[in-house]
Amino acid sequence: MKRYLMSGNEAIARGAYEAGIQVCSAYPGTPSTEILENLPQYRDVLYSEWAPNEKVAAEMAYGASIAGARSLCAMKHVGLNVAADPIFSAAYNGVGGAYIVVTADDPSMHSSQNEQDNRHYARAAKIAMVEPSDSQECLDFVKAACWISEEFDIPVLFRTTTRISHSKSPVVLGEREEVSLRPFQRKTGKYVAIPANAARNHPKLEENLRRLEAYGNTCSLNRMEIHGSRIGVIAASTAYQYAREAFPADTSFLKLGLTNPLPMDLIRRFAGMVEELYVIEELDDFMEQQIRAAGIACKGKEQTGKLYELNPQLLRQRIFGEEPGGCAPEEPVPSRPPALCPGCPHRGFFYTMAQHPDLLVSGDIGCYTLGASEPLNAMDSALCMGGGFTVAMGMAKALEFSGSPHRKVFGVLGDSTFFHSGMTGAAEILYNQGQVVPVILDNSITGMTGHQDNPGTGRTLQGDMAAKISIEKVLEAYGYEKILVVDPQDLSAMGQAVEEAADSTVPTAIVARRPCLLIPGRKIQKSLCQVDPQVCIGCRKCGKAGCPAISFRDKKAQIDPAQCVGCTVCAQICPVHAISKEDCE
Amino acid sequence: MNTKSALLVGVGGQGTILASRIFTQGLLDAGWDVKMSEVHGMAQRGGSVSTQVRWGRQVFSPLIGPGAADLVLAFEKMEAVRYQEYLAPDGIAVVSSLEIPSAPISAGLCPYPSGCLDGLRRHHRCIEVKAGEIAQSLGNRKCMNVVLLGAMAEALDMGAMDWETAIRNTVPSRFLELNLAAFQAGRAAVRGEAV
Ligand SMILES: Cc1ncc(C[n+]2csc(CCOP(=O)(O)OP(=O)(O)O)c2C)c(N)n1
Repeated sequence: MKRYLMSGNEAIARGAYEAGIQVCSAYPGTPSTEILENLPQYRDVLYSEWAPNEKVAAEMAYGASIAGARSLCAMKHVGLNVAADPIFSAAYNGVGGAYIVVTADDPSMHSSQNEQDNRHYARAAKIAMVEPSDSQECLDFVKAACWISEEFDIPVLFRTTTRISHSKSPVVLGEREEVSLRPFQRKTGKYVAIPANAARNHPKLEENLRRLEAYGNTCSLNRMEIHGSRIGVIAASTAYQYAREAFPADTSFLKLGLTNPLPMDLIRRFAGMVEELYVIEELDDFMEQQIRAAGIACKGKEQTGKLYELNPQLLRQRIFGEEPGGCAPEEPVPSRPPALCPGCPHRGFFYTMAQHPDLLVSGDIGCYTLGASEPLNAMDSALCMGGGFTVAMGMAKALEFSGSPHRKVFGVLGDSTFFHSGMTGAAEILYNQGQVVPVILDNSITGMTGHQDNPGTGRTLQGDMAAKISIEKVLEAYGYEKILVVDPQDLSAMGQAVEEAADSTVPTAIVARRPCLLIPGRKIQKSLCQVDPQVCIGCRKCGKAGCPAISFRDKKAQIDPAQCVGCTVCAQICPVHAISKEDCE
Repeated sequence: MNTKSALLVGVGGQGTILASRIFTQGLLDAGWDVKMSEVHGMAQRGGSVSTQVRWGRQVFSPLIGPGAADLVLAFEKMEAVRYQEYLAPDGIAVVSSLEIPSAPISAGLCPYPSGCLDGLRRHHRCIEVKAGEIAQSLGNRKCMNVVLLGAMAEALDMGAMDWETAIRNTVPSRFLELNLAAFQAGRAAVRGEAV
């Protein structure tokens, strides 16, 4: 049988296709993004889209489920915070066609602002949860999740982690099961979430969970691997793989795939078969706490800890006291933090803000969060998507009391973030009259997550042309009286716009617009900036823009031609005009 | 065979992912169980990146911890040292001689640690490959990643396996000849070192 090397995300996409899923929606977010990116290839039988945010994706997919289709939505872990509202009530209503919610968690925060453990959501929302442990299971579990969802009338949380979503392992493919749409019927008592219906639906939900737990005690998603009676390990997801390698060969395993509700009878039976029981899980003691509460003695978290990813060597060290064999570098190695790319349009804006210490900057999550790092160092906060405008509002209101010398707070976020959850903040600023300037850094793409389209780009996930929503028209319709549209790479225009907005007495917004250089298929005219060493006085002012192409040798600036794209931000900064631009063919 | 592990490290945008893609495809074609783990997202903006590849009869973990890699393939010199503690006591480092200064170095806050491989050499066999020069001599600096891939295969004593099919199935056909030559040049560079 042919084996394909697939990432977990590719396998989930394939699983959606094979399971007969017809409607999929998502908002991008590492490590979940490639699930939807791999779906347009099936567009003849499966509709896929980028939603403006995760709540929209979850609701849209749920609507498809009510209408009788199998559906899936996907998001990164923090996306589920945004989508939580519809999912908690969907649990009470139950489903029509299968309804799968994929959450991709990020232990160790490779690309995230926190490492929250989304398994708690399954318990809190009272929905089923499956956790695959490799790419083959990613594919197979989508099918299993569809069956569970329809059989137990319940949404299914499909939980991966970075190492499940982004690891590749061999997968054997199957055929697509054509599932015909369940005929739509008006079921007011089921799908209209009003108190009286919810009161009737809650006991049904509890009953479904009881049936599901009984199913978990016998189903093939949960399996015992008996190798001995000395040590037993209960594990799921990637932690199972780590434990398989870290524990001695005679260790028995209870490998769980259906992890909410936990199959407590099965766990109790397994516990009775071994002398010593471990629960090995990344992040929180989600399983261990429940297992202990059921009166079953076990260990785990005390040794493995609640922080960051695990790996086999770490488990051996923490459980068996084995010291890892590697030797650390003799001298510390200089760090290599990520930085705004050479030619990034965000650079001009943050360089400008760095020259204005009297203005506060409430930032947000996107490539532009890198404006907080040295040497730009031009950001006072970044919390979550959409927070750029609204955190700014709170800062501004508090500062009004303090007699602070800060003139205004600039709330900063990107185009994708504006459509995600920035628009409500723009309304808040206007409605409650804050001393806040909303700034949209419009690079015409969702950059951070690898260049996905959004409602402002004029294209859909499936590659079709779409309405291109104008950010400035939205702001205008809200009632912003001055909307300054400016090229952030033109430092003097950018500086003027910032000054004008800071002094303005009417509601004013800034749209700093220049497309990202890395948008696929975008043709860029290659040009290059060069330093004339005769003119350079070595003042290092150009270095303050934090461009990776600029370095200093022998007290002179130099520009790496392999990296420079000729954006001229450094040339505009240079006080002695030592930097000039040349076009290349 | 026990499960083997290699760590490919470099700077975001250097082509570590293509190299590991060819490598894992070759291992899969040869019938091994394979797992590979890469990190996407924020780190790709010029940060330090790493890909883990593991293969054997049955591979469980896609990830290894310190002291467990049979080989570290570094696309940049200083990155080899950053990840050196991942090497097993008898692990080998294959390192490109390329030096790419990071932001603190460019900003003049610290010098590039040019002699950084000396410390690594005291604990491990370390094969330095002038991958940039070799790629340039073949006519295209971009094939540097495949030069390094050839060097890795040779250092692992797997140079004679069928890598051609994997390269053919991974790189665009107009670059096939270049990449096949790059692979062999990488192997030869390691053989030269070993004598
Ligand atoms: C709730 C939530 N969803 C998704 C993400 C992942 N994410 C981080 S930044 C970003 C997009 C930012 O795009 P944009 O605002 O256009 O800024 P750019 O990166 O292009 O500068 C996304 C989707 C997140 N951090 N939080």
